[in-house]
Amino acid sequence: MTATFPYLAVLIAVPAVGAGVVALMPREKVVPWFHEALGVAVAVITLGVAAAEAVSFNSGVGGYQMVSTHTWASDLGIQWAVGIDGISLFLVLLTAVLFPLAMLGARVRRDSKGFIAWLLLLEAGCMGSFVSLDLILFFLFFELTLVPTYFLIGGWGFAQRGYAAIKFFVYTFAGSAFLLVGIVAIAFIHRGQTGVLTFDLQQLMHTHVSGTEGVLLFCAFTIAFAIKAPIFPFHTWLPNTHSDSPVAVAILMIGIMAKIGTYGIIRFDLNLFPQASRTMAPVLLTLAVIGIVYGAMVAGVQKNLKVLLAYSSLASMGFVVLGTFALNPQGLAGGVLQMANHGLISTALFLLVGWVYRRRATWQTSSLKGLQWSAPVLAGCFTVAMLASIGVPGLNGFVGEFLILLGTFVAHRWWAVAATAGVIAAAVYLLWAYQQVFHGEPTEEDVASTPDLRWPERLVVAPIIVLIVALGIFPKPVLDRITPSVNRVVVRVDTVTRTPLSAELRRAQAADEAATAAATTPATALARAEARNSSASSAVGASHRIPGGGR
Amino acid sequence: MTTSLMTTLMTAASTAPTIHVPHIDYLSILPMVIMLGGALVLMLGSSLTKKMVGVRVGTVVAATVAIAALGAALVQWHQVANHGPSVTIAGAIAFDGFDVFIQIVVSIAVLLSALIGDGYLTRENIEGPEYHVLAMVSASGAMMMGAANDLIVVFLGLEILSIALYVLAAFNHKRAESGEAALKYFVLGSFSSAVFLFGIALTYGATGTTNLPKIADYLALNVVASNGVLLGGLAFLLVGFGFKVAAVPFHMWSPDVYQGAPSPIAGFMASVAKAGAFAALLRVFVTSFPTARADWQPIIWVLAVLSLILGAVVALNQRDLKRMMAYSSINHVGFILLGVEVCSARGVAASLYYLFAYLFLSLGSFAVISVVAGPGDSATDISDYRGLAQRQPLLALAFGVLLLGQAGAPFTTGFLAKLGVIEAAESTQSYVLATVAMATAAVAAFFYLRVAVTMFSPVGRSGAVPTSEDASQQDASQPVPIPSPDASSGDGIASLEVLTDAPPEADVIERGIQPVPPLTATAIGLCVAVTVVFGIIPGPLLDFAQQATLLIVGG
Repeated sequence: MTATFPYLAVLIAVPAVGAGVVALMPREKVVPWFHEALGVAVAVITLGVAAAEAVSFNSGVGGYQMVSTHTWASDLGIQWAVGIDGISLFLVLLTAVLFPLAMLGARVRRDSKGFIAWLLLLEAGCMGSFVSLDLILFFLFFELTLVPTYFLIGGWGFAQRGYAAIKFFVYTFAGSAFLLVGIVAIAFIHRGQTGVLTFDLQQLMHTHVSGTEGVLLFCAFTIAFAIKAPIFPFHTWLPNTHSDSPVAVAILMIGIMAKIGTYGIIRFDLNLFPQASRTMAPVLLTLAVIGIVYGAMVAGVQKNLKVLLAYSSLASMGFVVLGTFALNPQGLAGGVLQMANHGLISTALFLLVGWVYRRRATWQTSSLKGLQWSAPVLAGCFTVAMLASIGVPGLNGFVGEFLILLGTFVAHRWWAVAATAGVIAAAVYLLWAYQQVFHGEPTEEDVASTPDLRWPERLVVAPIIVLIVALGIFPKPVLDRITPSVNRVVVRVDTVTRTPLSAELRRAQAADEAATAAATTPATALARAEARNSSASSAVGASHRIPGGGR
Repeated sequence: MTTSLMTTLMTAASTAPTIHVPHIDYLSILPMVIMLGGALVLMLGSSLTKKMVGVRVGTVVAATVAIAALGAALVQWHQVANHGPSVTIAGAIAFDGFDVFIQIVVSIAVLLSALIGDGYLTRENIEGPEYHVLAMVSASGAMMMGAANDLIVVFLGLEILSIALYVLAAFNHKRAESGEAALKYFVLGSFSSAVFLFGIALTYGATGTTNLPKIADYLALNVVASNGVLLGGLAFLLVGFGFKVAAVPFHMWSPDVYQGAPSPIAGFMASVAKAGAFAALLRVFVTSFPTARADWQPIIWVLAVLSLILGAVVALNQRDLKRMMAYSSINHVGFILLGVEVCSARGVAASLYYLFAYLFLSLGSFAVISVVAGPGDSATDISDYRGLAQRQPLLALAFGVLLLGQAGAPFTTGFLAKLGVIEAAESTQSYVLATVAMATAAVAAFFYLRVAVTMFSPVGRSGAVPTSEDASQQDASQPVPIPSPDASSGDGIASLEVLTDAPPEADVIERGIQPVPPLTATAIGLCVAVTVVFGIIPGPLLDFAQQATLLIVGG
């Protein structure tokens, strides 16, 4: 094996070092946008690395790729273990895409130096969370995201920012208290069985946990993730935090950090406690459905656009959880896809709402009217993002939601039926809000004070709109990469819970094994390239057997 | 006549029992000797000179002595690493990794508190070397407790440590609170010493020895049929230690004393006194009474849970930073007790690491508190921290890091310390204890962050930093209509908002910039650096704590 470029370590290191560099730059004696330019440059470099990593990602293989492991603190059993698979690949890409856009699209007017430095540190934390394969390492990054978020809300938020920041931090921190206890507990159960103290996910997966232990540990892990996501009824921090967060933080909190929660459920809950996941699935499905319906209902009565979007994302994350606990390939793949899709959609919506605020200094739907007359491009972009959020076919939101509902319907019919009501409710409240804000006759002053999007703003939102449309029409490249990894998770859950594998899963498993073998054996670059081609084709074969997968 | 006298004398000499001077390994007590010697030299020197010895001279001597003691401890470390642990002075002093670890911890604490004290003494116009002399004497007591291999020596160390601290607490005689604090500390401290001594007596009665390994041997070989005396002894020892480390329910003195004592002294108490007391607690209970662990573990369990919960919950209500730190340190004591409860090498290592990490966190925090408190050492209310980030961004950042470290934020030593004790607890299936501990850590995060939020929030309309141009987007004072979108969010925490965001108008006064003396700045910088660097590169420090315990077992 030739030494490969350590993409994942670089992905974490670039923003982390960038944060340090920005923090060390002088505050005065530079042009006002100097720190922002530097920050965007760092974020773009990160995006470049992420793109390169995505290109060298081997699409047919379901297991972890680009794995690297180093001892870190051996006495405590912590190691540096990173790796990536189809599930985390798109979350990493999403992180890399959204950070520069958030920096450009939601600038702050005061002390941009500190703002950018904290944002870059947050990016490092998010990247680390998505690529960690060691539980303590994951926990460290998971917690690391709290610190910059806390300072960003506290320093640059709106009226009640201090309260919002503390509430956010303490809620999440309380959840992670259980997570840490759970992590250490599983490690010591594993040590009891093997004599080795390790937090390596791939080794801990082989731990045998009894039924009760499994359920308790599952709960300990899930509470932390449920608060982060958030899942009903752990969402109570969400409205306060959102109404007082700066726009960039609102974008990243919903767009990326919420995904750490659901990602954690898929990566750790399903892999470590398959039996408990199956046992607890009805509970989580019910909570997800409640979240979908409740989120939609509460969003329907909101007068504040930002809080409305926060509740709408409660509903969307409900869909992710619903798909996840369908525990079949369609539902899970839909859930993973929905994470990436929702990240893009919510970013677009928050950016646009933030620009409305910049023009009018209000979030209230009642004081906004007829925006489409003076700001047609803004209205158009909002329409696209809103329709994607509703789940109109042809836009990306549809693909994920469809797969989720399909998977859930196969496994748990009535939950899917109830969730579909949420889809309709989403259409109602979003269109309602749209009517209030964009339709109607604006006054003269309204028109004067609401110019349309300027070119820089259009350039920021354009890539997201393009991605929303592109992924809606052609989701296959994404699904091809997600599917093998998702299949592995489902195979694992089915095997441990002694559920017979479906024929489709067995075929997918065989294709995955073939691709993995092909990817690990080649000696020359040429052979490796060939292997990639063959594995890609076999992966296409695998994914085609999943209903809706490539269609 | 003369001859007969000579003969008589010679007979007497030959028959009189000869006093065997036990062999003394001077290396094993070198840091202690240096520390105590330094104190004596400084005291003597100052009484021989005609002019009052300046503050700076005392600082230089104390720092030099601390560094020399640290150097001696490092030599000890090599000695122990190469030749293994040993006992000396007739088995009264242990010379092992554990002992050396404590010597190193205490030496560093003395160095830091000398640097911090310098700024304080200069500001308060307190001349003379007494501060440094007493700190060094007190530290030598803590060192002795770390090395003590005999209950009597533990008691000696305890008294040397405490008596100097009583005086230090009353050190600033210009402040009435200082004297009150000292009196409280003295009364309760001497009471706990008496209890402790009684515990020693009962233990001696039950086992026939005060030597720690001999107690363990006796208990291993003999089954004490009616063990009331032994259990009584254990209980009294535990009460004595409980007072010294300020574990609930023996914590009553600590908030008052921390608040009343000069800020640097409060930091010294939180680090050195706790290090010494915990060292002795660990050694006595883990070395001497492992066989009786079924009897004392539940008590430690209860002490730990009470300390964790009470420390975190009561700290929520404190407006005075020093009181808050006192309660927060009670919470930390709960964490360290987790490692004691486990009664294993892993537990001891975790407790030691925690002590080491907490040393820097607490001393650094009290250094910042001391600076912000300003002349008279009085501005310790949370409102005095409003807008600190605007006035003194570096100081606020340092305090922020130290507070986050205490909260257990990732990539700080505070996190690894908590992880260590949690691992230790769960290695013996103490899941409840671990869960309680982490839950209180989340509660504790709230009050640490409240201080951080206060520091980083702007002063408001009367503030020095012009924020008017941001009015459209970022001004705090802008009356943005706040929706209350969720009825369920109106929980109990909301009432605490008053403490963070809505100060009474009188609080929003312009506070001047408090100068940070360079030596104090050095100490704060050192604390922050250790907290962050060893949080990111934990290996060396963890190995260090780990080895400290491997040797205790051999000793």
